[in-house]
Amino acid sequence: MIRIQHLSKTFNPGTINEKPALQDIDLELNRGDFVTVIGGNGAGKSTLMNCISGVIPADCGTILLDGKDITRLPEHKRSLYIGRVFQDPLKGTAFDMTIEQNLAIAFAKGKSHGFQPGISKKERELFREKLALLDMGLEDRMTQKVSLLSGGQRQALTLFMAILVKPVLLLLDEHTAALDPATAKKVLELTDLFAESPDMCTLMITHNMSDALSHGNRTILMNDGRIAMDICGEERDAMTVESLIEAFDIKNDRMLLK
Amino acid sequence: MMSFSAVIGSVELGLIYAILALGVFLSYRTLNTADLTVDGSVVTGAAVSAMLCSIGVHPLASLLVAFAAGACAGAITSLLNIKLKIEPLLSGILVMLGLYSINMHIMGNRANLALLKSPTLYKIVESALPGFDHSALLVSGLFLAIIVIGFYLFLNTRLGYCLRATGDNEYMVRASGINSNAMKILGLAMANGFVGLAGGLLAQYQSYAEIGMGTGIVVIGLASVIIGETIFEFFAKSIPLLLRLVAVCVGSVLYRLAIAFAISAGMPANDMKLISALIVTVALSVGPLKAWGRQLLGSAFSKPSGKEARQ
Ligand SMILES: Nc1ncnc2c1ncn2[C@@H]1O[C@H](COP(=O)(O)OP(=O)(O)O)[C@@H](O)[C@H]1O
Ligand SMILES: [Mg+2]
Repeated sequence: MIRIQHLSKTFNPGTINEKPALQDIDLELNRGDFVTVIGGNGAGKSTLMNCISGVIPADCGTILLDGKDITRLPEHKRSLYIGRVFQDPLKGTAFDMTIEQNLAIAFAKGKSHGFQPGISKKERELFREKLALLDMGLEDRMTQKVSLLSGGQRQALTLFMAILVKPVLLLLDEHTAALDPATAKKVLELTDLFAESPDMCTLMITHNMSDALSHGNRTILMNDGRIAMDICGEERDAMTVESLIEAFDIKNDRMLLK
Repeated sequence: MMSFSAVIGSVELGLIYAILALGVFLSYRTLNTADLTVDGSVVTGAAVSAMLCSIGVHPLASLLVAFAAGACAGAITSLLNIKLKIEPLLSGILVMLGLYSINMHIMGNRANLALLKSPTLYKIVESALPGFDHSALLVSGLFLAIIVIGFYLFLNTRLGYCLRATGDNEYMVRASGINSNAMKILGLAMANGFVGLAGGLLAQYQSYAEIGMGTGIVVIGLASVIIGETIFEFFAKSIPLLLRLVAVCVGSVLYRLAIAFAISAGMPANDMKLISALIVTVALSVGPLKAWGRQLLGSAFSKPSGKEARQ
């Protein structure tokens, strides 16, 4: 369903700051996969997502989504197939616009952006109904500006916007890292709920190793721009945080060892 | 003391400049960029409209061309920024500089172009309403009203939403499948289209276009935006969009009245630009000044709380 071949990216090539961030990555995701991605600081996790979503151009390699080669498409065109949630809760929504206006923009993904009304009555009703799924009371605050929401509410809203028009691939880059533990848990539960959708793949970066093993059906570990481990099924079920650390000699303060 | 006719004259001018201020509102507030193209594109609009009027094109049609000419200038500024990666501020300055020559060419290599014998919208309406004294007020006001309503309706279309979101958060816009660059080009084009239209209307109102009429006009636009917002925010914390547009118009008229008042009170006309710069400086520094005030008061009257101590 998603096939990444020979993907490479080097920052500042030919300078003293040369940094090979992705080195010949091969990765294949199957329909419905929910893959958690771990790895130390600077391992290339965000760069992988940025290359897939088109934020930065890859040096070489191809990315196929559902058989479609998206390697050369600009970022906004790839977004038609890809939903994203950033680590920074401020990046996912337009803060000076209302909740329903943000949703309307997300809902218009792939449709024409012309002189039709920004939001219709029918859409408003649909949003209200669907927002209730988040269980955060946002359905009663639809005409409030997003700037009034907490970080967790924004992240939940962004996640909801990312899947409102069903993407082929959902990319989550440490989307709970900026949240307090209780809110992070809530957003992770929502992530599980949305990732259940059978014809969407999810790629979730986390620095919490126990989250990485307890969510999704597959885990990859990145190191130095390469995929150092790729486990699923029984092998993954048998894996514990301790055995992971032992096997890969992980020394990184940012990875939570709980 | 200001005469009644001076007040009316200021309001008429203020209504025309309000269209320009709406353009500045679009670039500065909605798109979050300080666009200096304005100083050039207002003259382009005036020059185009005056030239066309003088060769017999209908004044109304000349305004459409003025809008288009301004829009082209804005689009070029945006393209310099997007395609050549030139900073937004510098892009605006470059286009503004280049426009000087272009504006001279449009006016047939003259520094000014008078419309003494040519028809203008104001003359047409004046002769159509013989007994009515305030036809200029009517023309400017009607034009502005149409622009405000049209602009407001546009900002509430799907395209308008995309434009507004681009100023707020480009990442989110691209993640929603929208070409943020196209939105920026559209936004600056529209903003300078308004500015060009205001320039054209101004030329018809005063019956001449002049190469130097744009100097510092972006600051006047900014002053109008900020004055209007400050006054309206005095009454309500969050102002709905339509009222924000109205606030800009009110700001523009008040600015004109204030300047006219200052001049009638004896201020030399040459000091006007200095005063404008001061007004905008003070208005822009309201945020930091408030913060300093709070800090001073806080440290004088209470021990710093834990949160402040950490900062
Ligand atoms: N825009 C950039 N310019 C230069 N170097 C970068 C850039 N983005 C990331 N890097 C470098 O590439 C490496 C991988 O970064 P990243 O993908 O962000 O790691 P992480 O796994 O922590 O998300 C790091 O060494 C980082 O410093
Ligand atoms: Mg990262």
